[in-house]
Amino acid sequence: MKTAVVVFPGSNCDHDAEHVCKTVLGAEVRQVWHMDRDLGPADLVVLPGGFSYGDYLRTGAIARFSPVMESVREFAGRGGFVLGICNGFQILQEAGLLPGAMLRNSGLKFVCRHVHLRVERTDTPFTSKYRVGAVLSIPIAHNEGNFYASAEDLESLEKNRQVIFRYSSAAGEADAASNPNGSLHDIAGIVNRRGNVLGMMPHPERASEPQLGSDDGRPLFESILAAVAERVEATV
Amino acid sequence: MSGAPPAVSEELLARHGLDQQEYRRICGILGREPNLTELGIFSVMWSEHCSYKSSKIHLRRLPTRGACVVQGPGENAGVVDIGGGLVAVFKIESHNHPSYIEPYQGAATGAGGIIRDIFTMGARPIALMDALHFGELSEPKNRLILEGVVAGVGGYGNCIGIPTVGGETVFSQRYGNNPLVNVLCLGVAPRDQVFYGRATGLGNPVIYVGAKTGRDGIHGATMASEEFDDSSEQKRPTVQVGDPFLEKLLLEACLEAMQSGYVIGIQDMGAAGLTCSTSEMGSRAGTGIEIELDLVPQREPGMTPYEIMLSESQERMLLVTEPRHEAKVREIFARWGLDAVAIGRVTSDGLLRVRHHGQVVAEIPNQPLADEAPLYDRPAGEPAYLRAAQALEEDAIPPPADWREAVLELMSSPNLCRKRWIWQQYDHMVRTNTVAGPGGDASVLRLKDTGRLLALSTDCNPRLCYLDPAAGARAAVAEACRNIVCAGGVPLAATNCLNFASPENPETMWQFSQTIDGIRDACLALGTPITGGNVSFYNETRGTGIFPTPVIGILGTLESADLVTPAAFQAEGDVLVLLGPDGPEQVRLAGSEYLEVFEGKVEGVPAAVDLEMEKRVQALLAAAIRRGWIRSAHDCAEGGLLATALESALQARGGLGVELVSSGAAPAHRALFGEGPSRVLVSVSADNAAALLEHAKAQNVPVAVCGHVARGAVRVVYNDAELLTMRVDEIFEAWDQSLERRLHPERMVQDEAVR
Repeated sequence: MKTAVVVFPGSNCDHDAEHVCKTVLGAEVRQVWHMDRDLGPADLVVLPGGFSYGDYLRTGAIARFSPVMESVREFAGRGGFVLGICNGFQILQEAGLLPGAMLRNSGLKFVCRHVHLRVERTDTPFTSKYRVGAVLSIPIAHNEGNFYASAEDLESLEKNRQVIFRYSSAAGEADAASNPNGSLHDIAGIVNRRGNVLGMMPHPERASEPQLGSDDGRPLFESILAAVAERVEATV
Repeated sequence: MSGAPPAVSEELLARHGLDQQEYRRICGILGREPNLTELGIFSVMWSEHCSYKSSKIHLRRLPTRGACVVQGPGENAGVVDIGGGLVAVFKIESHNHPSYIEPYQGAATGAGGIIRDIFTMGARPIALMDALHFGELSEPKNRLILEGVVAGVGGYGNCIGIPTVGGETVFSQRYGNNPLVNVLCLGVAPRDQVFYGRATGLGNPVIYVGAKTGRDGIHGATMASEEFDDSSEQKRPTVQVGDPFLEKLLLEACLEAMQSGYVIGIQDMGAAGLTCSTSEMGSRAGTGIEIELDLVPQREPGMTPYEIMLSESQERMLLVTEPRHEAKVREIFARWGLDAVAIGRVTSDGLLRVRHHGQVVAEIPNQPLADEAPLYDRPAGEPAYLRAAQALEEDAIPPPADWREAVLELMSSPNLCRKRWIWQQYDHMVRTNTVAGPGGDASVLRLKDTGRLLALSTDCNPRLCYLDPAAGARAAVAEACRNIVCAGGVPLAATNCLNFASPENPETMWQFSQTIDGIRDACLALGTPITGGNVSFYNETRGTGIFPTPVIGILGTLESADLVTPAAFQAEGDVLVLLGPDGPEQVRLAGSEYLEVFEGKVEGVPAAVDLEMEKRVQALLAAAIRRGWIRSAHDCAEGGLLATALESALQARGGLGVELVSSGAAPAHRALFGEGPSRVLVSVSADNAAALLEHAKAQNVPVAVCGHVARGAVRVVYNDAELLTMRVDEIFEAWDQSLERRLHPERMVQDEAVR
């Protein structure tokens, strides 16, 4: 698998995404500077977490104008797999590749801790290695992860089964106490209609090795590997 | 020379924090009277903050050598060899005064400053820790300071992408008007790629990189060298504003330039800004530096030479390169969207020569400016409070009326309660190296691709330092080292942040001198040389000073991830063993958390650490961990044996509890809440208990079996009497929620109303 990790000024999880893809999964990884228009040969494009442009304006609002984003849009349009984590999710929303926007956390504080996520669907390239209803322990680390979308958008997200991960209790129940940031419908991660672009606030790259306290994020990357392998087979 | 000499009045000197004698010394160095710009330059370089003029003669007594030390004090940070071709670069620094005046920005720029110190040396920063001291949370102002400081440290560290992996938070009324914000940064570099702040190579260009210079922070170093009074809040303009995004760019660009081989010397512009970086880089290399201020990127027009030289605008660095690499350096910084401008060159005459519009506006020999500030052997005398404070009748301290209530109150006291509210606001996982994060004895970070790990701990118990500064300092070093060993590491080297009241008070100087002796003894005994640090004096407001607070940071190493040992209990039925001295002489209520919480006193003579015993306990524990016997290890400190056992239970997953069974000659509350040095509570599987006990006896370390890990409940038995039985989740709630409740008393009232 060939992976392109996009580096915006202020990205700070770029090395972490590279580490997981390269060391844990054995994929080929290239860092792509945000000014480059060429993503190179890529099966997966990762928009990593961080504070692009300091997040001084609305999160992701400036990064979406980076030249590389045109190529990301084209890549997604061709059906390429795109994974936006945390700030990467926010950038995908600003770029119009995913619906909704992130408000400030309902607690008005930055929150860094492990949360529970319930897997809603496994028929996507990102979740085939999970089982439906599985509860994952994966950390969040954000100040603006409070998912908001209009009633129409929410309805469409639900109708089209685009919600992939929801915040839940350890037992898999979605309840207010388990929602760390006030996200509508407890949304932690969504895909686009076509299912090839995933945005999620939790950090699977921080939960892919037992040494770090959880490897519940690893199947997500393994799912992508499998989906890429399938595609290659299909084209051969 | 332009600029007429100022009419030097007492008032002008006082505003610059200089006295007549110092002024005469300046005139002697220059061979003439200084102009105003030069006076400003001297005043910041000779401020307490930059020159260490009151502390230097004492600091010389600290042990700074050791087999692992690559660079000791005197550079931007200490450097130690951690094996595998790598070095660790680390230092702790204070930002106390700015954090009182403007908590968010003061703390944020404190983090920013120490981070720059680390990457200046060529190291990639991998972790932050913060040691925070605040006044009591019953005061609304102290709550605001705490909220602001935590948001500031988090705001900077989270954005720049360096995890804040631990630290400590201490509350006492003594920090009410003088909060302490100490931030430690750790970085790692290849051993052959360490950079120093030296301006070598005649004619080499001196390049300014990073943020533009503004009028912020002028005389920040001087402010940090004065006591506070009622007008201190008017000093808000001397606090700088941080931009972590810009520093992230600066960090990446500097590391890229250094790794590309284009950098000869580099230093950050922290306190005293351009003045300090130019004169120190020249002084270390024995060279001169000539700069033209017109070339300095400026944020606003019309800045005077005085303002440009003294500005403490953040996120700026000065570097020296070779003429042939100048364009390459500019290219790297341009890619990151940063200014990189040659503002001068290295000269042979040893002078700091500053031009403005082509005219020389300051000309000062670098070496005496940077290194010949007057040194003071200030008078020191035993504090008047000491004898009265030490007099305490241990036997007269009453036991708790109700053990259940006492446990709930103690575990929810500000010092013992869980600090989750703080560290949850810090990204403590970014860079995916955090193997053991906040809340444990020490934090542990893996070094990817090496199999090795580093452990970090900061410590200071200010009550002990107040009651006996030398013993308190020994205890701080011993405890920080013990924490490293508990987490599975071996202590390697130390850094220190010495926070004190006014050095002009002989009692403070006595405390300071005693502290240095204590640190020296303990660092020598435990083999952890001091590699750098910081002194912060004048933590005093309207005549009331802080407790002496020498925060010790210890770096340790672990050979393998298998050695990482949690403080939390792991399995029901595991046997509890207390390692270390446990007699009535070594465990006292003097200076304890119990005495402060229930009697409102900081009194008595705490049990002093026996450094030989400390070494034996640490060696035993390190060996036992390496034999795979230890399931959990937790330093037995504030709150005594009972609080330690509870903390190990409260941090455990799966509802583990504890059955604490012990006996002794002392009354129960002294045995269970009393505090003493060199003690560690470990849990071991029943199979390994005998081997541990036998090994301890052979190593001449006192041991006692004191119960086992239970499920769901806490039961305490002393001398066969049952003192307490309660559910662990009841204590958890008090411990976990306390800080948040104290910060939002209005919500507590609402909660009560709802009930």
